[in-house]
Amino acid sequence: MNPSHFQQVEQQLLEPAGLNISDLEKIFAHLKGADLADLYFQSNRFESWGLEDGIIKNGTYSIEQGVGVRMVIGEQTGFSYSDEISFDALTASAKAAAGIGKAGQTGRIQAWQAKDAQKMKALYQMDNPLAAMSEDEKIALLNLADKEARSASPHVQQVIANIAGVYEHILIADNEGNLNADIRPLVRMNITVVVEKDGKRESAGTGGGGRFGFNYFTQADRVREYAQEAVRLALVNLDAVAAPAGSQTVVLGSGWPGVLLHEAIGHGLEGDFNRKGTSAFSGRVGEKVASNGVTVVDDGTLENRRGSLNIDDEGTPTNCTTLIEDGVLKGYMQDKLNARLMGEQSTGNGRRESYAHLPMPRMTNTYMLAGKEDPQEIIASVKNGLYAVNFGGGQVDITSGKFVFSASEAYLIENGKVTRPVKGATLIGNGPDVLTKVSMIGNDLALDKGVGVCGKAGQSVPVGVGQPTLKIDGLTVGGTEAQS
Amino acid sequence: MNLNELKKTDAELRALSETVLKLSKKYGASDAELSLNRGSGLSVEIHQENIDKLEYHRDQGLSLTVYMGQHQGSATTGDLSTQAIEDTVKAACNIAKFTGEDKYTGLANAQLMAGDMGDLDLYHPWDLSAESAIQIATACEKAAMSYDDRIINSDGASISSYSGLSVIANTHGFIGVTPSSRHNLSCSVIAQAPNTTAMQRDYWYTTSRQHEALDSPEHVGEKSAELTLSRLNGRQINTQQATVLYSPEMARSIISHFTSSISGGSQYRKTTFLLGAKGEKVFPDFIRLHEQPHLISGFGSCYFDRDGVATVDRDIVVDGVVQDYIMGSYSARQLGLKTTANSGGTHNLTLDSTGQTFDELLKLMDTGLLVTELIGSGINGVTGDYSRGAAGFWVENGEIQFPVEEITIAGNLKDMFQNIIAVGNDVDPRSATQTGSILIEGMMVAGE
Repeated sequence: MNPSHFQQVEQQLLEPAGLNISDLEKIFAHLKGADLADLYFQSNRFESWGLEDGIIKNGTYSIEQGVGVRMVIGEQTGFSYSDEISFDALTASAKAAAGIGKAGQTGRIQAWQAKDAQKMKALYQMDNPLAAMSEDEKIALLNLADKEARSASPHVQQVIANIAGVYEHILIADNEGNLNADIRPLVRMNITVVVEKDGKRESAGTGGGGRFGFNYFTQADRVREYAQEAVRLALVNLDAVAAPAGSQTVVLGSGWPGVLLHEAIGHGLEGDFNRKGTSAFSGRVGEKVASNGVTVVDDGTLENRRGSLNIDDEGTPTNCTTLIEDGVLKGYMQDKLNARLMGEQSTGNGRRESYAHLPMPRMTNTYMLAGKEDPQEIIASVKNGLYAVNFGGGQVDITSGKFVFSASEAYLIENGKVTRPVKGATLIGNGPDVLTKVSMIGNDLALDKGVGVCGKAGQSVPVGVGQPTLKIDGLTVGGTEAQS
Repeated sequence: MNLNELKKTDAELRALSETVLKLSKKYGASDAELSLNRGSGLSVEIHQENIDKLEYHRDQGLSLTVYMGQHQGSATTGDLSTQAIEDTVKAACNIAKFTGEDKYTGLANAQLMAGDMGDLDLYHPWDLSAESAIQIATACEKAAMSYDDRIINSDGASISSYSGLSVIANTHGFIGVTPSSRHNLSCSVIAQAPNTTAMQRDYWYTTSRQHEALDSPEHVGEKSAELTLSRLNGRQINTQQATVLYSPEMARSIISHFTSSISGGSQYRKTTFLLGAKGEKVFPDFIRLHEQPHLISGFGSCYFDRDGVATVDRDIVVDGVVQDYIMGSYSARQLGLKTTANSGGTHNLTLDSTGQTFDELLKLMDTGLLVTELIGSGINGVTGDYSRGAAGFWVENGEIQFPVEEITIAGNLKDMFQNIIAVGNDVDPRSATQTGSILIEGMMVAGE
């Protein structure tokens, strides 16, 4: 980020409160003795519009802003926040956060002095995404979604379309005097359709987005693509038969099925769980946890991706961190606190939902690198199994390692051919060994379309996932049909 | 928030509500409604006798919806300064200029607004210092960690206390203020059997509006240790059709799938497998589900819904038959029905028991799966198809045999509702939805 962006953030967050960078010295005076302390200033402008029944039913605009003050001593964190950015509110928050110091430990004491703002990469444009279009143009986008979906099939009964955008300004000052700022745009569009045919109804949704302005959706026929995809998915599911139940060979499609990686191994490799020894992956760096050829990274540096950040919420530049390399566990995703306690460096994965939440290690864009196999040959190699290409959410118990993810579009594979669509089913497996069952890796790496949200300890952050087509020998499929 | 602060906040939020509604009219709204809240709290998390986190919470917010004739606009803000309020009102009014004409939109009928409101006894703030919070959570964790040698780690003991005020107001002149408090203590620990590598985690919690009513830290810690230990050496079972007993904590999810399926929104959008189910027999004869919004100290108690409409005791299911949907005024208008005062959700649901204890339900099941954990959200609300990850215990001869993990349970909710055999009297009181264990036959369990 160049200094002009820093000034823009300063103007947005500090100037209205009459605050200067030099005032922060007085705030940090309350946080002396911290191993780590930071002030996280944030303003967040959000706008959304929704269409249903062919009518623009509602729109919402919101402004949230505030500052979070954190003080860390050893393993202990004190935290307070205020939705008012002012010298008095900051002082009160700093005093409250410093309550953690009563535990009696001492850390380094030094006078606070601001360093020059860091210059850094810009992975996304910093213009206001909400201002990229007029209200009339935003509404036109939703009307287009409605029209495209309805014209895609006579069976479409209902179209629900939403667009939402966020424009965020962030300023992070830490006890070392580092000052970092970021301006983050984020937009998404979702289209859900209900179809009805021969008395049967189905619904499906799709969407996309990233760190763009709203005008992203006027490009490359995106709205039509989302609308047609939602209709296609719903129609496929109208004809779906019951999914088979039990352990079977599963071929996962490329792109969004990468939610497998997010649940099965991603969360288990977050630094906090490993520092505390509560993850099924704790103490396993250097061990073989996946088949040869499996390389998984968490990459916050991809341009314009939903999960990407110039800096994380502690001011650390994001990285491409290798989690698994050729089947071997390489390392964890770290924020500052956990990295320090584990004798490592932050990997730029310290993220928080807002100023009112504490940062913790979180994923950005998590994906598996491409292999060499032709996806068609992967499918052809399966006698009987499941081909799952679209997924809803997932969940993991990081301690036992058990994870689930739910297919929303899947087909039977019979004698090497994709045949009938089957109803959505939940797949369950064990994180530390599921990737050892990967027997073929496609050459078709794809990332998701940019609508992923990850929840952890009550905090939601935008993320991305991706993978090539994968063959997994033996995953439990939660269908209702006994296998023949 | 003590009593004086409460009075002050009450007066401030009432005045603010009036200001916001007046401003809305000034900027062209024909009607407006809002919700406002302000509260504060403290939470502490302990990990291995160390303070992991000490957090002070202070939240406030305004959510405003304005109507310009049949056009609607909304805006929210966390900043309640004069300038931010004005900006928020303007933003909502601006949006209403662009939204389409919706004949169903607008405030609820003025005659339906809640009138006399008594004290539901929801507000019992706790003057909890950081020191005593740390002490309580530490004692809780200690009780768990010292329970058994196989408890090898802690996933944290947490205590939190929150109290605040929420306001619903609209331009019918309705204003409803609800002070409330909530206190929680929870503990999660990790167990490992000797000479094995697999770890298991489970947790227990206690929650109440009155801190005196919380279970003791020792009880919460011991219970979390017991549950965690019981999961050691879990294994998969063979894929098979089985009867499933949902523990009371899991049984609540069955009720919530039902209430979603008869919500006004899912009915008018036709996104439910129970479309048009009013008057239909969806459950066996013995099922009765009812709503009691005015329970003293209830977790879901309120005299009015988000529309300001007076809440009333009502039956939702009687003799297995759906009596009415779960609607606010908007979805009721869409459906041509009368609102059931459920804008924003339900208020204290009870599923009547068929009288059996938990042990009697195990005997009645004889052989099958006791489910104590569900993960993932594999539910299709339009078709009722249900497939979720699960963990629990295998039961034979009415007795628990061994822990089970890495399995899924699947079926269709329509069938599952009809296949309920019994509802236990082992009610879990920690929620606005009260039910005992639910026994359902004919589900598909997928494992090996």
